[in-house]
Amino acid sequence: MKYIYYPGCSLKSTGRVYEESLLSVMDVLNIDYKELDDWNCCGATAYMAVDDRKAYVLAARNLALAEEQMKNEPEVNIIAPCAACFMVLLKTQKFLEENPEDKAAVVAALKESGLNYTGRAKVRHPLDVLVNDYGEAEIIKRITKPLKGIRVASYYGCQTVRPYSVFDDQRNPETMDRLMKAAGAEVVDWSMKTRCCGASLTGTVQDVALPLSYVIVHEAKKRRADAVATACPLCQFNLECYQTDMNSKFKSDLKIDVLYFTQLLGIALGIEPKKLGMNRLFTEPENLYKILEGGNRVYV
Amino acid sequence: MSENNIKMNGNGTHKSAGTPKIGFYVCHCGHNIASQVDVEDVQKFAAGLPGVTISRDYKYMCSDPGQELIQKDIKELGLNRIVVASCSPLLHEHTFRKAAEKAGLNPYFFHMVNIRENVSWVHDNRESATKKAKDLTRAAIQRVFFHKPLEKKSVPINPDVLIVGGGIAGITAALTIANAGKHVYLVEREPTIGGHMAMFDKTFPTLDCAACILTPKMSSVKAHPNITLWTYSEVEKVEGFVGNYKVQVKRKPRYVIEELCVGCMECIDACIYKEAKYPDEFNQKLSKRKPIYIPFPQATPQVVLFDPETCIDFKSHRCKKTCIESCDRKAIDLKQVPEYKDINVGTVILSTGFKTYNAELSPQYGYGKYPNVYTSLEIERLVNASGPTSGEIVTRDGIKPKSVGIIHCVGSRDQKAHKWCSKVCCMYSLKLAHLIKEHTDAEVYNFYIDMRTPGKGYEEFYDKLMTEGVHFVRGRVAEVSDWALVPEEENKLTIRVEDTMVGMVRRIPVDMVVLAVGLEPREDAGDMRRLFNISCSNEGWFLERHPKLAPVNTFTDGIFIAGACQGPKDIPDSVAQAGAAAAEVLSLISAGSIELEPNTAFITEDNCSGCKSCIPICPYTAISYNEGTKKAYINEALCKGCGTCVAACPSGSITQNLFDDEEIFSEIDGLLKFAGIELEETEAEHA
Amino acid sequence: MPEKNIKSNYEPKIVAFFCNWCTYTAADLAGVSRLKYAPNVRVIRIMCSGRVDPQFILQAFASGADGVLIGGCHPGDCHYAEGNYKMLRRFRLLKRMLKDLGIADERLRLEWISASEGEKVKLVINEMVEQVKALGPLAIPQHLKNINEELKHFPGEEIREEEMAHA
Repeated sequence: MKYIYYPGCSLKSTGRVYEESLLSVMDVLNIDYKELDDWNCCGATAYMAVDDRKAYVLAARNLALAEEQMKNEPEVNIIAPCAACFMVLLKTQKFLEENPEDKAAVVAALKESGLNYTGRAKVRHPLDVLVNDYGEAEIIKRITKPLKGIRVASYYGCQTVRPYSVFDDQRNPETMDRLMKAAGAEVVDWSMKTRCCGASLTGTVQDVALPLSYVIVHEAKKRRADAVATACPLCQFNLECYQTDMNSKFKSDLKIDVLYFTQLLGIALGIEPKKLGMNRLFTEPENLYKILEGGNRVYV
Repeated sequence: MSENNIKMNGNGTHKSAGTPKIGFYVCHCGHNIASQVDVEDVQKFAAGLPGVTISRDYKYMCSDPGQELIQKDIKELGLNRIVVASCSPLLHEHTFRKAAEKAGLNPYFFHMVNIRENVSWVHDNRESATKKAKDLTRAAIQRVFFHKPLEKKSVPINPDVLIVGGGIAGITAALTIANAGKHVYLVEREPTIGGHMAMFDKTFPTLDCAACILTPKMSSVKAHPNITLWTYSEVEKVEGFVGNYKVQVKRKPRYVIEELCVGCMECIDACIYKEAKYPDEFNQKLSKRKPIYIPFPQATPQVVLFDPETCIDFKSHRCKKTCIESCDRKAIDLKQVPEYKDINVGTVILSTGFKTYNAELSPQYGYGKYPNVYTSLEIERLVNASGPTSGEIVTRDGIKPKSVGIIHCVGSRDQKAHKWCSKVCCMYSLKLAHLIKEHTDAEVYNFYIDMRTPGKGYEEFYDKLMTEGVHFVRGRVAEVSDWALVPEEENKLTIRVEDTMVGMVRRIPVDMVVLAVGLEPREDAGDMRRLFNISCSNEGWFLERHPKLAPVNTFTDGIFIAGACQGPKDIPDSVAQAGAAAAEVLSLISAGSIELEPNTAFITEDNCSGCKSCIPICPYTAISYNEGTKKAYINEALCKGCGTCVAACPSGSITQNLFDDEEIFSEIDGLLKFAGIELEETEAEHA
Repeated sequence: MPEKNIKSNYEPKIVAFFCNWCTYTAADLAGVSRLKYAPNVRVIRIMCSGRVDPQFILQAFASGADGVLIGGCHPGDCHYAEGNYKMLRRFRLLKRMLKDLGIADERLRLEWISASEGEKVKLVINEMVEQVKALGPLAIPQHLKNINEELKHFPGEEIREEEMAHA
């Protein structure tokens, strides 16, 4: 199957690590993809609050481009790794399906620029593609450095399975857990999988956001996780970079490695750290390296 | 039963009852009909129709003066056909037929027009409603021209009764009927009778001990000379109709001969498994049992049974069979096979009860995920002195809880689960709150949407609980989780809820969560319904004939329902319904026979070509072929009056009484009489 | 004749055959629940949908019905075990015949409505009335009348009358 890859803004900037690791993993697994040509911002969550119809045009343009660039394929599968992009593209499709008038307006607008939107593109999350299309069995065959002894807390964030649970359960998603198990890790059973990390409020109203990300890190630590695996650039950033702030605010002593699930999978697939963007992380995942070398945990 | 017991009416020998003199009566039904239908207009319209001798409108036709009006007209004007336009025939057809009969007219010369349920209640345009009422009236008046006098058909009632389900409802009904001297077969699926009530510790609001009031009744059932008790049995087949049902009951093998076992339980001690290791269903899997067991100490009958799924001998045939050795009465028979019993009964009461909502389907409450989240039924067993902990309340972690949260409406009043209120949960939650408080002195929180305590002494019980220091938080709980926001929540279950009284979101950490699960129909209620040919509501509860006036009757004569199989009910309501169902059964039995609609079919031999196409169509094998005459013949005793053969007969030689072809054709014609002309009028208007 | 005008004012007449045990009871339930639906349907009560003779349906169309609705118990739920299946078979056959006669598919409808589905009675009736309204009048009595009118001017008719007179 051939996929079209829609990076979105984050994966070209703060989430560059996510892009590098995802593409490396897909290369190693021989997943056939190409980047969407001439893509634009999905509009994220902010634009919808201002003018939803215009926001939908913005998102729908990417879907129409995908249809155009995949017109010779039987199916249009568009991979959207960023949680916000993934949710916004799904929301756009659903909204246009339910509101024929808006759909007509959006289709007409896109026609002006020579694009044809039908809504036939399938918006796919990389977790869905890796586990449900590619399959755990195939992945296991390609694991060269299993994540033995590593306890991973899978963290999906809000938008991956909510409000649209297209590939997993809303309350207790398990796709990432399955993938991490395939990579040889132990997974932690916890109830924080889809709790909000505080999102953009860490930058604006920290009093609200910090407790939210704190409980996630705190619970992961309490359950003796060595690493938190994330699937969203903002989640990764919030959980990784504010641990010092959390510690001073909550008088705690937290330290945990926070990585993209693609990085963990990449390590298990034997991809060299640089290609997985390990060097770009703000904090060195010392625990992870130590355990993989067969040593003791650096921090507990 | 034999066909001789049915009074036969003549086969195709109806005589015309002279020139029709029709009396037409249209009912106002107070404002129910008159507000939407111009009753006077309908009355005037009918007066002008051919054959109508008298046309009247009256406030309440079903009232005594209304009926007397008809009777007077029959006598004074010599009416020989009556049409009443009022409510549904399912409600009052019988009333008016009786009235006509009293005045000396054959009751089947009556026909009813439904202008309430079918017209005034469902339309809001007076003009078109009146038009529809007139069309229906014309159809009925044309129809009665063809009515024939019919003889009533009655069947005798077999006085034996089948009761399915041995919970408190089934037990009560069985004892009432048996005490009246009639024989009852009580069939129960589980190894013991008692139902859900046997699992409870106390009953609300009086807090009397459930076992103390139930077990004497269970023993009376077992000892009663008029009751045949078949536990661990299920109804397999049902045939026949009111007065004469043929039922097959499957007695599942217990691998213990019931008549020989005295319940000494020595075999249980002797079992090769020294430790009980299989989950005990009666204790909601909170304790263990052996492969040979008795559900609970007061089980009725006091007979042990084997679970072939877990018994070594059934799995490997290599057990030492110490149980058999231990039984000096030789009651154990590991080769027992299912036994099928065929019985004849006249009436049936279904009291199959309910099941509780599967709390795992509301994942936000963490049942099945967090060990210290319990269902209310599990707590019932925990607080029960004869339960798995002898009445001591401890969590699965073995600690005595210092704080307990009871979440109401789990699976009830929930758009994502069941929309209905389960009726009993508020009260049993209050009861459990009291018992938990009494047993543990813990802080007990009730999280409720609304407190519903209608019932004698119920609201007073609620008042009492408030003075006992139980906390009440109004709001539907958002979630139960095991993560901590503050140190006080560490290692606790935190209940997050919007307290709508104070208008804020609260997080309350507790040691134990109790989910007040709602009541729902049993999974196989649909199979039961088909077996007994009754209806279910959309939700799956057995459907009563009328929600107010026939709450224990079903649409199938002779089949009654009692208890929570009809909808959520507490013990007093179930017992009251069981009494009502028993009274209905006894009233049928003492009447001795029941009148049936004479709507059977018959064959006009002269027209029958002997093609046999009707024979395989009849689901009751009522039609046979006479090799001598080369004609088909309908056994009227077996005919149920569906009319399927009538529609299938190519030569039109089959007639169905009350629904014969000319009656229906005249009805069609009456409905549409001026359809063509009206079209012309419409065209003219727009020309 | 402004045809559009007729359509907007046109109220179809639909004859319904409801079985006593399920659909008629459901219609009663709709009444008790005070559900409001279009007043175009006239119900004839029969014991079982299996009693519906195809002739009833044809007669209804011939007498001026614009549509015929049959309501029975859900498959497996028939009070008489299988009368509804018998109806279904006839219904399928009759549909083919109606197609040949040029009677639109929407004019004859068979629905399984159980005793508890008052809401479905309302939905089905409203939907069918809408559909038949959109089709316009079937007006078979009018067509028959027109044919008779035409035949009056048909020379063959005169010859036939003459022959009849001689005979």
